[in-house]
Amino acid sequence: MTVILPPVPRTPAARLRWAAADGWTIARRTLTHWGRRPGETAVALLFPVLMVLMFGYLLGGGILIPGGGNYREFLLPGMFAMTMLFGIETTFAAVATDAARGVTDRFRSMPMAPSAVVTGRATADMLHSALGLAVVIGCGLAVGWRWRGDVADAALALALLLLLRLAFLWIGIYLGLLARGPESLAAVQLLVWPVGFLSNAFVPTGTMPGWLGTLAEWNPISATATAARHLFGNPGTGDSWVAEHAVALAVAWPALLIAIFFPLSVRRYRRLSR
Amino acid sequence: MTFAVVAETLRKRYGDTEALTGLDLAVTEGTLHGLLGPNGAGKSTAVRILTTLLRADGGRAEVAGLDVATRPAEVRHRIGLVGQHAAVDEVLTGRQNLEMFGRLHHLGARRARTRALELLERFSLTDAADRPTAQYSGGMRRRLDLAAGMILVPPVLFLDEPTTGLDPRARTEVWDAVRALVADGTTVLLTTQYLEEADQLASRVSVIDSGRRIADGTPDELKGMIGGDRLDVTVRDPRDLPAAAAALARVATADPEVDPDTRRASAPVRERAAALTEVVRALDDAAVTAEDIAVRRPTLDEVFLQLTGRRADPAPGTTPRGTEVAA
Repeated sequence: MTVILPPVPRTPAARLRWAAADGWTIARRTLTHWGRRPGETAVALLFPVLMVLMFGYLLGGGILIPGGGNYREFLLPGMFAMTMLFGIETTFAAVATDAARGVTDRFRSMPMAPSAVVTGRATADMLHSALGLAVVIGCGLAVGWRWRGDVADAALALALLLLLRLAFLWIGIYLGLLARGPESLAAVQLLVWPVGFLSNAFVPTGTMPGWLGTLAEWNPISATATAARHLFGNPGTGDSWVAEHAVALAVAWPALLIAIFFPLSVRRYRRLSR
Repeated sequence: MTFAVVAETLRKRYGDTEALTGLDLAVTEGTLHGLLGPNGAGKSTAVRILTTLLRADGGRAEVAGLDVATRPAEVRHRIGLVGQHAAVDEVLTGRQNLEMFGRLHHLGARRARTRALELLERFSLTDAADRPTAQYSGGMRRRLDLAAGMILVPPVLFLDEPTTGLDPRARTEVWDAVRALVADGTTVLLTTQYLEEADQLASRVSVIDSGRRIADGTPDELKGMIGGDRLDVTVRDPRDLPAAAAALARVATADPEVDPDTRRASAPVRERAAALTEVVRALDDAAVTAEDIAVRRPTLDEVFLQLTGRRADPAPGTTPRGTEVAA
């Protein structure tokens, strides 16, 4: 039973090829999970749809949009941003489970590109969220949401939403590496929900008590939701300074979060060997 | 004699805890070396340093002739690690797991596939190849774990408490698989808290406690270290135990141990024949009826007690898995 050792990559280009191949192998592992657990995958993808229906038809009747407009047209961009937020839970659970079960250590003891553990996770999670976004968009179209701007604006809106997800990805990885095990998921959910609801995703901030409304307006989720409303040509964006600069903020907030949590995650990952 | 693993005065500290306080270790190529110690002795820390997962604070270590601190990538090409958890993907099937690990070892898709088949066959998992590993028994998962550590047939395999939490039958399965690997020439460093496991598998054992080696040798040498043989006296009536202990004390080199449950008194002795005669005479004088008198080699458990002043963990499978100090 002899196996010839594969050659160690010497050149930077070869190393990069290894890193890309390894990252894709790790990402494919997660994609295979979807196929093997179709029920679970479907539930995760359909959960935002359930929320759209709940808010759109059960609660939304009582919510007035400043400047007028259909509540579901207002709700959907908020739900897109919320779908990105829910991604934190997916990322966290996967990272914490691998770390607790020794899978991360096994990867780290193998002759693979060390970066692949993270890039593979990032690739899979971004694909997952893109798919999730597509599902909510499909649901939105079914309940009467439309984009009224041009294609370039719509593409920018989608890019901003995925940028927000990328920022949440690093928060999820950081928290996952920090946690002692996937059991802490409940704690992360406890964090995610108030953060999500303390925004303009579901309700215009004008209806909230003054300071709370301001806080909600400055929430990164609100920035992306408002930017998406602008770009899709949906109602209820308001005319405050924050609303006027929503697109800039939807770039700045995720950029700031990435600037904080990307280095933290890398540091935390490196610290595994301290 | 070549050493596949060498450690010299390895030191590692976590905050205020000194996990390793100058560990020396030398593992002969082609053998199974046991690293025996209680929870928190530093076994896992040592393995994590030797497998490049952790950097030592001091000392040096070589695996397969390569320094683990300066050439970690090359070391990773020559080792397999099977950690305390069965680190396989629970959602994927056994085959999918091995194919993934094969690709991560850069075998290429086709060779990863054939390698997976070979390993499934070798570890008797062919029938379960296409079931998700969540449905595997503990022993099967461990065997898959071993297979994943053997993708490249690494010259050195690290097994960190591979049978912790397994039932006796699964443990035997894993032992058989490990014996087969050693027979094929793989060097294995196995950590365990189970003396029986070290006794069964290892050709040499290093006993570690508080982060350093306190004894080293073949299981027989270690047993010889604590003053040769032991004399056991089992009495019919538990009330005779003090008298039996007193009889033993006349020839023993250490205080006799008395176990009322088994009605047995036991002590290390030096001259086995003379000691036996003396004890029989003393029991006779004290009118104690012995059910059994036996001279035997000490168990590793007794060696451990003697060396560390503490008992090692009881029999395998009866204690919950402890956690070692980890990063």
